[in-house]
Parts: sequence; C-alpha cells; structure tokens
Amino acid sequence: MGYYSLLTTCAFIHLLVFMPYAYSNYLENKAGQFFSSGHTNNWAVLVSLNKLGFWFNYRHVANTLSVYRSVKRLGIPDSHIVLMLADDMACNYRNPKPATVFSHKNMELNVYGDDVEVDYRGYEVTVENFLRVLTGRLPPSTPRSKRLLSDDRSNILIYLTGHGGNGFLKFQDSEEISNMELADAFEQMWQKRRYNELLFIIDTCQGASMYERFYSPNLMALASSQVGEDSLSHQPDLAIGVHLMDKYTFYLLEFLEEVHPASQANMNDLFKVCPQSQCVSTPGHRTDLFQRNPGSVLITDFFGSVRKVEITKDTINLTSSVKPPIQRSGSSDMTIESLTYVDQLPVAEIIHQKPKQKDWHPPDGFILGLWTLILLVFFQTYGIKHLKHIF
Amino acid sequence: KFSQISRSYDIVCLLGRSYRCKCRPPARDQFQEELVIRPLHSGDIYASFQFRTLWDTDFLQERQKKVSHYRLFPKSLGQVLSKFSVRELHISFTQGFWRTMQWGQPFIPSPPGAELWVWFHHTVSDVDGNWKELTNVLSGIFCASLNFIDMTNTVQPSASFKPLGLGNATDHRFLRYATLPREIVCTENLTPWKKLLPCGSKAGLAVLMKSEKLFHSSFHSQAVHIRPICQDEQCTSKAWELRQTLNVVFDHYTSGQGKKEWSLFKMFSRTLTEACPLASSSKVYVDITDNPELFELSPATHLLSRAVVLGDRRTYSVYDLTRAETFGQLRSFNLLLRWKGDNMLRPLLHAERYVAGFGLQTGEIHTVIYNNHPYRAFPVLLMDSVPWYLQLYVHTLTVTSKSRDNKPSYIHYQPAKDRHRPHLLEMLIQLPPHSMTEVTVQFERALLKWTEYTPDPNHGFYVGSSVVSALVPSMVAMSTNFTQDQPLFSSFVPVKEESSYFVRVYTEPLLVNLPTPDFSMPYNVICLTCTVVAVGYGSFYNLLTRTFQVDEPSPPLAKRLANFIRRIRGVPLLA
Repeated sequence: MGYYSLLTTCAFIHLLVFMPYAYSNYLENKAGQFFSSGHTNNWAVLVSLNKLGFWFNYRHVANTLSVYRSVKRLGIPDSHIVLMLADDMACNYRNPKPATVFSHKNMELNVYGDDVEVDYRGYEVTVENFLRVLTGRLPPSTPRSKRLLSDDRSNILIYLTGHGGNGFLKFQDSEEISNMELADAFEQMWQKRRYNELLFIIDTCQGASMYERFYSPNLMALASSQVGEDSLSHQPDLAIGVHLMDKYTFYLLEFLEEVHPASQANMNDLFKVCPQSQCVSTPGHRTDLFQRNPGSVLITDFFGSVRKVEITKDTINLTSSVKPPIQRSGSSDMTIESLTYVDQLPVAEIIHQKPKQKDWHPPDGFILGLWTLILLVFFQTYGIKHLKHIF
Repeated sequence: KFSQISRSYDIVCLLGRSYRCKCRPPARDQFQEELVIRPLHSGDIYASFQFRTLWDTDFLQERQKKVSHYRLFPKSLGQVLSKFSVRELHISFTQGFWRTMQWGQPFIPSPPGAELWVWFHHTVSDVDGNWKELTNVLSGIFCASLNFIDMTNTVQPSASFKPLGLGNATDHRFLRYATLPREIVCTENLTPWKKLLPCGSKAGLAVLMKSEKLFHSSFHSQAVHIRPICQDEQCTSKAWELRQTLNVVFDHYTSGQGKKEWSLFKMFSRTLTEACPLASSSKVYVDITDNPELFELSPATHLLSRAVVLGDRRTYSVYDLTRAETFGQLRSFNLLLRWKGDNMLRPLLHAERYVAGFGLQTGEIHTVIYNNHPYRAFPVLLMDSVPWYLQLYVHTLTVTSKSRDNKPSYIHYQPAKDRHRPHLLEMLIQLPPHSMTEVTVQFERALLKWTEYTPDPNHGFYVGSSVVSALVPSMVAMSTNFTQDQPLFSSFVPVKEESSYFVRVYTEPLLVNLPTPDFSMPYNVICLTCTVVAVGYGSFYNLLTRTFQVDEPSPPLAKRLANFIRRIRGVPLLA
C-alpha cells in the first residue's frame, strides 16, 4: 500500500518535472513542421488553346473552365489564377444560352458561373505570352492580375487543353510550341526559383509527348493520351450542337467534384482517373522527377489552397496613427471665382481655331540634299567672289 | 447596417468632441443609385442603371498628402487617377449596336466594342507614356484586352470630346481617344465592374445584375465615367464624380418570347429586397409619358417626376427604395407593366455608315447623317478615325446635302503614318433642315506583312465607329440649373443654354476584308521547299558533276549492218 502510494507520487513528480519539457518539445515540433512544410501558396495557370472563331472548339473552353471552377472551389483565389481562354464561347453569338458554358449535357452544370475573371483572352493567348507568364519576363506595365507572381514556396498547377501532335501543341492554329521549349521554360522557372513543386496536366492528342523532355526537378505530369493516340471528346449536347467536354477532363471533373478542402485523396487516385475502358485513350503520367512519393502528395496540395494558420493572442501596435486630411482653410475669406463647365460644341471657337503648331523638325535628308545641290551649282556657276555683288 | 454604424459614429463624434476624442471626420462622399425603365415603341424594354459616387477630395493637389482613406470610392480607380494625373476618364464596353431609329436616343451613348477617352492634367509632361501605362492598368482592372490600344489606334481629336467636367483650359494635346471595335463583353468584364460598387452585387439595385439575363439581350453596355463636377450650386469647389452606368435593351417581345408585358423578375430573374444601405438615394423610375392611360403599372405609385431629358419633357413614376413601404408585405419589390399602344418619338439626328465598292483593292466609305428637324438647321462635328491599312484619298472627299455640295466650315485632317498612326478626319458640317447629308471618301486597301495578320484574317478587319457630336435644337427649354435632387439620367451632360441639348451619335463599325495571303501550311512548305531544292541544289549538283562528252550521231541502218558483219569477220570497222 505504501509502496503503491510511493510509486504513484514518484510518477506524479516525474510527470510534473518532465511535462514542461514534453510540452516545449511538442511546440518545437509544431514550429518545425510549420516552417519546413513544402509550400506556402498555390498558383494555377489554365490555358485553352482552341482556334478563334471555331464554335466546335467549345469543349476546350469548357475543359479549362471546369478545372478553373474546381480550383476556385478548393480555395485558390482569382488573384492566384492566370486564366487564358483563346476564344469567347460564353458570349458568342452562336451560343443559345449566352453567358453560360456547360460541361454536362442537358445543361446541368454551368462552369462559367457569375464570378469569373479571365486574364488573357482572344488574341492575347500566344506562345510568347504563355512563356512570358511562366518565366516572369513581362513588360513593366503589365498589371498584377496578368502575372504569375510565384516564389520558391509555391505549388503551381498548369493545365493545357487544345490540339496537339507528337511533340508540339498548337496555339490558335497559327503557332506551335514544342516539348523542348516547354521543358526549357520549366528549367528557367526552376533556376529562377519560381516554383516549389509543379503539376502539369495536358489534355490534347498525343499529350504524353509533351512531358517526355522535362528535366527539371519537382515536376509531375499527367496526360490524357499516349504518343500515337488521340484524345476523344465526350458527349454532344443537342441544344448547343457541339461536343461539350473531352473525355479525360470530364472524368477529371467528376473526380474533383468529390474532393473537398480537407480531403486526403492523393495523387495515386488521380492517376487512376479515366482508365482506358472509359477514355478509349490511355492516360499517362510521369513522376520520376518528383522527389516525394506520389502516394503522399495530397490533391489539395495542387488543386486547393490549404493554408496553415498560426493563431496568436498577442496585440500588435500599429506604427503611426491615421491623420485626418488637412481641412481646407480660409475658403470663406477669399473670394473664389466660380468654376464653369466647358462648352461641348463651341462652333465659333472651332471655326476660328488656329492650326495646331506642329513641332519643329529638322529638315529631312531629301530637302538638305536638294539645298546642297542648289548651293553647289550656284557657287560653281558664279563663284564666291561674285557673291559680294549680290549681298 | 453600415448607415447605422456611421450614424452612431456621428453621434459619438458630437459627444466626443467636447472630450477631444479621436473620431472620424464627417464623411464627404455620398452614393446614389437609380434605375430607369423605358418601354420602347418596338416592344423592347430599355433599362438603364446609374450608380454615382461623389467625393469631395482632390487627387491631384500637391500640397495635400496622398489620399489613403477610401470609403465609397473604389481604391483601384483612385490610385489610377492620382498616379497618372487623370483629369477625366471615360471607358465603355458595349455589345450590340444602338438602333437610333427604332429605340430613340440613349441616355449615355456608346459605340460597339470598347471605347476609352481620357483628359490628362496639364502638368503631365509625357502624355503618351502615361496613356500607354494607363491602358495596361485598366486592362488588368476590367479583364479586357485594352493593352492592344497603342499608337496605331489612338487619336488626338482637335475639336470633339471636350471635357464633360469642370475646367477652363482645353488644350487638346492632353486628350487621347481610342476604340477597339472587336472587343467582346462578357461576364468577366461585368465581375470586376460590379466589384467597384460600394455594395457590390449584394444589396441595392446591383442584385438585379445577373449575367445570364443581361447578356441575353440585343444591346448591353457598361461604362465608367470619372470627372470633376461642381459640389454645390455656387460651384466654388470641385468634387470628383464616379458614374457607373449599365444600359440594357431586352428584346423579349421582338424575339417572340413574350407579350408586351414585363416585370423585373422576368427581365432580371430577381426582385429587389432592399436598397443599398450606403446609398443616400435609391430610386426606380418608369417612363410613362407615352399613353399613360394605357399603362398598367403594379404596384401603383403616386410619386411622379417630370424631367426634361434629351429635349423632351417626360413623366416618370418614381419608386423610392429607401422607404420600407415600397417593398410591401412580401419584402420584395417586383414591378409589373403591361401596355398596348405604341408611340414613337422620331430622333432628330441619326447617322449610318457603310462600305461601298467591290474587290479587294479599293473601296469607298459612305457616312450618311440625317437631320429630321422640320425647319431648323444645326451644325454637327463628325469625327472619323480610320486605321492606317485603309489608305484614304482625301482629294476624293465629298460632302453633299440635298444633292448639292456642302462645304464644311472646319476640316482637320491628320494623315496616317504606316504602322504608326491612324487617319483622323474631323469636320464641322452644317446640316440643312429635313435633309440627308452624305460624306464619301475613297480608299485603297494595304497589303500587310505576313506577321501582322491576326490568327483569323478571313474574318476581316474592323474600323471603329464614327462619332457625330451635335447641339440639337430642343423643342422644350432645358434647365441650366444644377441641383442635387436632379435624377442622374438627366444630369450627365452639362447644359449651357436652354434651347439646345448636346447629343453624340455613333455609327456602325465597319468590317473590311484586306487582301489575305494563303496561310495553309503544307502548301507553302511544299512549294518553298521544292523550289529551293530544285533550283538551288539541282543547279549546284549539275555544275559539280556534269561532264560534256562528244557524242557521234548513230550511223544509218546499212552502215550498222555492214559494221556488224565486219566485226564477225574480224576486219576493221567503217568510220
């Protein structure tokens, strides 16, 4: 009895002594986990490569918009998404339901929505703009919404859909990008520390050829078809009259609709999306450049924006107080003349408008040459000593 | 909720002033919203939303510290104004063409596509640089391809587009005007536009803006207008005004989808439930001037307002959304209107434009301006901006009215510079009463370099709308007083004299085909490769490997036979 009580008090004293150590260890582990986590922000670059003016390329825009919708739903904000749509399908005059893009037949799901921000549209979707967005080499006046402002702790999702071939992709049916150029662009991104991990998904014909040449680390790639195979479209809608989606992205969308921000689904589940029995083409993937095991990579690492939040109860003092704007002083003392609106069509003033003073330009080469010729001929005929008779 | 908080702040301020507490200064900005619904004689409905934010501050004053506290005015636009020293900014995005003859005059006109014109402050030294950066920043704010505006489609009008705000100096060197007729308007432009409103699309009139209904219309135009205006009647100080306007024309009746009855729910698929709490006034006006007895308006209202707008005295039924009784017991406001008669107010000024000619080398641009006033003549200012690849021949410019030559009293022509500058033609023409004036000019189509073609060159190239600005004589005296209570739709353009009102009419944009080469890839590659191989390599190979040998002609048959026999015999052959 006494032995038991001694043991329990001993254990109790041990616990009391070691508990603070255990607690601080726990805190340190937590802090270590927070700072050593792989990524801190998520970006997405979603590109649709259809040709301008081709209504039956509706499905490429629907593909891109369905990935956009999933990515927004899982938490990535518009400011972190660069959306490039090569043609306007929603407000196209051929669309029987304007301002909508449907992914399922019978108009079940409108992936365009009411809150969409397209960053590059129409003629702006070119190979040059795409590579500039990836590498960050944009002209200085480019607005923020058109830039990929990622850093070395960003996980980036890149999704391309359109028409392609063995080793190249078509942009707007007038330009191509080869798989080597794409691999070099990713290497530039790696050298400039513009990504932590990158997931590349492509839904075109012979899509696997596009990721064959990658050589930068931390890249994972998925394609809808192997080399020599075509990616097929899914179902047509009789009211709209075109095929609405491609098979691979359709099943990808169905898979992503099941994912929610706290989901633990990993990349191995993503590789199983759309087997050959459903897709007719064989989807492929490449993970040899990726350092982590795909089974441990969550879907939300790329498709969502799960943020780690640290809660603090300390108060923070702001540095300077907001001063009220300077009141207009002395306005009642001085007599200010009243301001007036400008006459919209002052006919008399316009008629008597003096011609605009053109800026003075030095005479053109032709005029100078002509004058030189005239002077030369003049001096040759008359000679210099005769000039004094004239002047 | 917001108004309650601000009221409590004001009370606390009044109380706290004696205790020297640090409270907010009284707010110097206000927000008003209104919706005007006008049934058109063709059976369509014209709905015009206007949201106005007035702010008594000065972005461009140097003495004052930079503005950093934004309440109702959107911060993105305020920063743009101060960074680029903008005095006035007008930007509009339009889908569809306004049919003046069927619909009358719009409250705020706009051309198809995107249009941007800006007056810069007179302290700006590099106007072109500021313009370039401003277009890029605006393309990010509105999700539009405004970055395609550059020197090849920007003009500097010399007499049109005078500032609509306060000011005295009008040096046209600080004005820039550009239009993108190809620009598409869709939900991605409406989304950032709605986000600029103080209440967003969550309360007030903006809840009606659902894109699925707004874009299913024959005309849709959204615009942002920023200018300095008089703060009060004495006009001793300036205030900044931001107007966001959205004009829609619904064609349910003409497209055979409904009868001549409509309701807010039918048009917008929403009803109003509350006014924007930040708005000082929130009203819905319905135009009942034409045949008020034949209208059936529900819920009925006794509030009427008479306003002189566009030279005509109109009567409006007013619904005030800031009063709770407007919403009734269901707490939702749905307006219903049925009407039978149609009455048309013929517009006094109307313009058309088209391309004449055939083939891909030459053509002729015809601009036709109609003056429908029975006895008054008035001058109009026609501004044409033609891209450089349509080379105008100004010596072929003719202006005829009533089949007689009509000499303009002012012509300003700036010729184009290939790949640098478009043509600019401005003319002040006096239109005789009840007449049609035709302006024609011939042009030649240029052959572009192969890299300058768009990915879809067979669609054609757009030429922006012409702008006709005029002071049209008014049947009814316009009021020149400026009051705060005036409805927004009648107070956009400042009125200087009572007998005329200012109007701007836009013509159709033109779509011209330029001579387009054949871009099909296999054809070009095969032709080029085979030519190079055949001509280059073939001749080189021949030069290097060909040798010449003397070749004797073959002997006749008899000689050959004789040689054959001689060979058998072993005897030397004949020559």
